[in-house]
Amino acid sequence: MLEGLLIGLQTAMSLQNLLMVIAGCLIGTFIGMLPGLGPMSIIAIMIPIAISMGDPSAALILLAGVYYGAIFGGSTSSILLNAPGVAGTVASSFDGYPMARQGKAGKALTIAAVASFAGGTIGALLLMIFAPMLSSVALLFHSAEYFALMVVGLSAIAAFAGTGQVAKAIVMTVLGLIMATVGEGALFNLPRFTAGIMDLQSGFGFITLAMAMFALPEALFLVLKPKVAGTADGEIKDLRITRSEARSIAPVIGRQSIQGFFIGVLPGAGATIASFLGYAVERNIAPKAEQEEFGKGSIKGLAAPETANNAACTGSFVPLLTLGIPGSGTTAILLGALIALNVSPGPRLMIDEPQIFWAVIMSMFIGNLVLLILNLPLIPYIAKVLSIPRNFLIPFILFFTLMGAYIGQNNATELLILVGFGVFATALKFADYPLAPLLIGFILGGMLENNFSRSMQLYDGVSFIWERPMTLGLLVIAAILILLPSYRARRAKARAQGVADGD
Amino acid sequence: MALDRWIALILLGICLVYGYTAWFTMDASLAPFMKRNPIWPSTFPKVLSVLAIGACLVILSGIEKSEPKEAEIDYRRLHEYKLGQAIVLLALMVAYALCLRPVGFIISTTAFLFFGSFVLGERKWILMISVAVIATMIVWYLVQEVLGIYMRPLPGIFGG
Repeated sequence: MLEGLLIGLQTAMSLQNLLMVIAGCLIGTFIGMLPGLGPMSIIAIMIPIAISMGDPSAALILLAGVYYGAIFGGSTSSILLNAPGVAGTVASSFDGYPMARQGKAGKALTIAAVASFAGGTIGALLLMIFAPMLSSVALLFHSAEYFALMVVGLSAIAAFAGTGQVAKAIVMTVLGLIMATVGEGALFNLPRFTAGIMDLQSGFGFITLAMAMFALPEALFLVLKPKVAGTADGEIKDLRITRSEARSIAPVIGRQSIQGFFIGVLPGAGATIASFLGYAVERNIAPKAEQEEFGKGSIKGLAAPETANNAACTGSFVPLLTLGIPGSGTTAILLGALIALNVSPGPRLMIDEPQIFWAVIMSMFIGNLVLLILNLPLIPYIAKVLSIPRNFLIPFILFFTLMGAYIGQNNATELLILVGFGVFATALKFADYPLAPLLIGFILGGMLENNFSRSMQLYDGVSFIWERPMTLGLLVIAAILILLPSYRARRAKARAQGVADGD
Repeated sequence: MALDRWIALILLGICLVYGYTAWFTMDASLAPFMKRNPIWPSTFPKVLSVLAIGACLVILSGIEKSEPKEAEIDYRRLHEYKLGQAIVLLALMVAYALCLRPVGFIISTTAFLFFGSFVLGERKWILMISVAVIATMIVWYLVQEVLGIYMRPLPGIFGG
């Protein structure tokens, strides 16, 4: 481990990579602050740039920096304007915005920054401990287990989708898998489902799809319904927090870093769930007098979701780096970028290319430090971005989505596909279909089919499902994950109607 | 019928076409030696089509009830939002896609950024033009010189 740490430090401390962290954090903060643009859109827009750099560690460092920056920027806009740019920071506005209205915006930002820093750093420490452990287990996995594991991951995403949403999430996931079968697969060298259209020969472009699913609908929503932002009275001063305040939030930060991290590790449960859960838990265990404060500008109520969402962001890297299975939309996009750079994340990553793995972890520490010492003093100036008129902002967002899809393929048809899918995705968003499962399914589709085919060939049929106990166990877990929420919803409904149910 | 069930119906149609292709037409072109393989190119799509059709039917039949919740945008009152602007912007994106090759990057991008802000209601002409031109030039420089990706800058007749 020490050796790995040193390799990582060496890679991450190179001038180019340090600049990448700083640039990533700044860009992320900048764009993440704009209401309506989440980390997924920003990362999708940044991917063409990251891919054309050619160096996988630098690209991943840049994108990870953008990711934390976006979360940090999102919390800034939820504190200052009550307009969260990111779903994961909605909980921060519960107490952050009241603080800002009491004239304590500077203090709220400092608490947010310190809590994010602590959450991210403790998360990275836990990642350092757990990722190698998990990946040594994962090395025992066979293609049959990989297949089963991906099924578990995909069904977990559907299971966490919420009541009444499970079927929709399943449809979206399967639709993503279906879209991944379009084009020429590696295993068969046979074009499938292209309907004779040459442009579909190589399948749908992943960047195009990512843009169409996230960036374009969000931009269209901004057009349709201009967000009414609260008033921010420009002045941000008094960034200091007192010693007693620090003492009261320290245990909150400690608890929420660990809780947030483990929620982030679970597939499907990302920063959003972590931040809401963190807020709820801290409110419940706070003393009676402090409970009253929550929602009216409690520093604990701000520190809890801020810590939890950053720790969860770090946690979501665990399944990505050790199993090659993304747990959230954002890590799915990162996975796509890594595959485009010819790196296949998974248990072999730590052995074959340790410099990438460790450099990313090291850059997490550096990135958090950058956010704390570089971005915090700059916040009053960065907040000026909020005053860019939307008449100029929206054409630029649309232009960057178009450019991102075009640069990768140099094919104007891709742009038409982008617009078409973008409209479709907007309709799906109206009807409350979750979009992230589609992209995760699309990205995992190729791998899922390859592992499935490989095990079919090795066992000459589907007998691998019952001949390998681990595969069977994982598939059973997947089935339980899908069936449990609908069973529980049914029982809850029955109970609500006053029908006695067995227990 | 609510929008989500209409969408499920459309998706069901797509999945039925997909499933029909996978189950009935795809295997015809399979080479004889590949038929001895335990897995065919159509195996995985067959499984997927069954799953997708099943899940679409669950939504359509309304087995899984979801509580109606406050959506960010209520599609039933879509005309109350700035729908016209959104549609014109989408048309502008299509026009951009069609013009990018024949007209060249610089002119089409400048026009896109200019008309984009025009559609959204901006009327400060000089500011609009200068923002569009400067941004186009910066992006073109970055893509062409820094990233090294060729994009035809000018219309074809000027040898771009």
